[in-house]
Amino acid sequence: MWWIRACGSIWERLTVMGDSAHPTEGLSLRKGWRIAGTLKRLTDSDIFYSFYHSPVTVIAVFVTLLMIGSALTAPWIAPHNPFDLASLDLMDSHIPPAWEDDGDKRYLLGTDDQGRDVLSTILYGSRISLMVGFLSVIFSMVLGVSLGIISGYAGGLADVLIMRIAEIQISFPAILIALLVDGVLRTLIPNAHSERLAVIVLVFSIGISGWVQYARTVRSSTMVEKNKEYVQAARVIGIHPVLIMTRHILPNVMGPVLVIATIHLAVAIITEATLSFLGVGVPPTQPSLGTLIRIGNDFLFSGEWWITIFPSAALAILVLAVNLLGDWLRDALNPKLR
Amino acid sequence: MLAFIIRRLAQSLFVMFFVALVAFSMFNYVGDPVHQMVGIETSFKEREALREHLGLNDPAPVQFMRFIGHAVQGEFGLSYQHKRPVAGLFKERLPATLELSFVAALLALVVGVPMGVYTGLNRHGFLSKLFMTFSLIGISLPTFLIGILLIFIFAVILGWLPSFGRGEVITMGAWTTGLLTKSGLKALIMPSITLGLFQLTLIMRLVRSEMLEVLRTDYIKFARARGLSNRAVNFGHALKNTLVPVITITGLQIGSIIAFAIITETVFQWPGMGLMFLQAIHNVDIPIMSAYLLLVAFFFVVINLIVDLLYYVVDPRLRIDLGKANGHG
Repeated sequence: MWWIRACGSIWERLTVMGDSAHPTEGLSLRKGWRIAGTLKRLTDSDIFYSFYHSPVTVIAVFVTLLMIGSALTAPWIAPHNPFDLASLDLMDSHIPPAWEDDGDKRYLLGTDDQGRDVLSTILYGSRISLMVGFLSVIFSMVLGVSLGIISGYAGGLADVLIMRIAEIQISFPAILIALLVDGVLRTLIPNAHSERLAVIVLVFSIGISGWVQYARTVRSSTMVEKNKEYVQAARVIGIHPVLIMTRHILPNVMGPVLVIATIHLAVAIITEATLSFLGVGVPPTQPSLGTLIRIGNDFLFSGEWWITIFPSAALAILVLAVNLLGDWLRDALNPKLR
Repeated sequence: MLAFIIRRLAQSLFVMFFVALVAFSMFNYVGDPVHQMVGIETSFKEREALREHLGLNDPAPVQFMRFIGHAVQGEFGLSYQHKRPVAGLFKERLPATLELSFVAALLALVVGVPMGVYTGLNRHGFLSKLFMTFSLIGISLPTFLIGILLIFIFAVILGWLPSFGRGEVITMGAWTTGLLTKSGLKALIMPSITLGLFQLTLIMRLVRSEMLEVLRTDYIKFARARGLSNRAVNFGHALKNTLVPVITITGLQIGSIIAFAIITETVFQWPGMGLMFLQAIHNVDIPIMSAYLLLVAFFFVVINLIVDLLYYVVDPRLRIDLGKANGHG
């Protein structure tokens, strides 16, 4: 049937020529078509199908977006500003949630020991938790992906060295590495307890504890990619290795990295919360969800459960939603399961 | 086989060497050891004498070798905070951590394996779905949150169990145990559940997926065709073949149980090594930190080594493949 295809390609060429006769019109028309086409391709794709046929995932996405959205807009939607010391009143401390007998309508989820509104501190706290989580994932990703590409592309001594370190690191749990790095950095940097430095130290220690997985995945896909023709061609025409790695190989190995990043986000949020709970994370003046839980934990025994249980619930829901999302993404993008 | 063991041993030694290097540089370069040991009124001359006496003026490699020599003998110097030998402090707290970790691992195995088998066999049963949902929660919830929830329910609301400490302990030579007293056992319940829950869900999911995989294979079909009872097929044939990965993962998880004990011990104020390590981080007690690092690394390396060797002992197929796979392992 070669002639049908030939006619088709001639026809295609003719229409393209026709389009170029009226460049602007043809362009806008085609652009519109392309957007519609992309949308249609998206709604027709397997991923979208598996997305709206899994109600759990739809809910997880909704909850995740809701948590991220409310964290981003916390200064506008939070009923109080817990960091504005002028608005705090110690007379308002230890108030139970609004539906309890001693509750106050102004404070839906009650107040903590300093008279801060628990709902507002949760909104502001999830802001810090998410920020540290995202930043550590990005840090891990950049570190892991670059080391993985170098390891896979360069091979030789660099490969052996990087993979040996990765091997040693992966035999220890990430939380232990983060705890150690955090502990050592705090000793090395004298005023690491100050707010900004504490966040940087935290991001660094969580980030450094998670790069191995990225590096391993990227290394193995790089080793496959580097023998393909387009890379060889790029090498033959004399493109600098750094450019080959960043412009040619990098876009082709990023697929699985995004799946790892989603699952890693949940882990990073948990790690941050754990470190903050143990008292080596962010300082109480800029509390994350973990810090809030630690502060509230002291009041659990006096029956003031709301100070710690509500942030705990927020953390659990956030992590659960992100985890479900990551699980679904992994299965949806896994060609073996299709 | 021998070549494999030797290579594996060399690898373990390399890891220990690397960790020792990290611990050594922490010990020597984070803060000034002399400054930490003496008071404000110590003169400069006395400080120099102490520095010379401690060998801190020697070249770094010499100091490193001495550090390794001392570490092998269990000698890590004085704790800055407790003003006592680090080795003694660890000896006191080791039983608490090991007991907790052991009970948690046992719990994870004893509960996790049957749950995994059940969910693997009755895939669509109501109870299986309940277990799977529960396992998702177990994987998603951070350890400390489970601890807080348990304390809230069983210590604050119901008042059944103690929320902190080890209860009454009995001393037996160098070992202290809480397993023989009623209060000790009661105190152990919540921490061990907290610590073991994550491993439990992990083992359950692993056993389930392995069971599903094995039940699809031909030899299970033939076993059924031979008219064997369900019990013989499920437990004699299927479960047996799922155990190899379960042993590996469980072994490797023992290491992470010891690490996660830091969190559990903090939540329940359990007087173990993890709590001491965390206090050391708060107080910048470098000798304890570096000793803990080395000790935990040692545990990990030994466990990894045993698991790797066990793997080759348990699964005969690997012994045959070993010759071909040389250089890839």
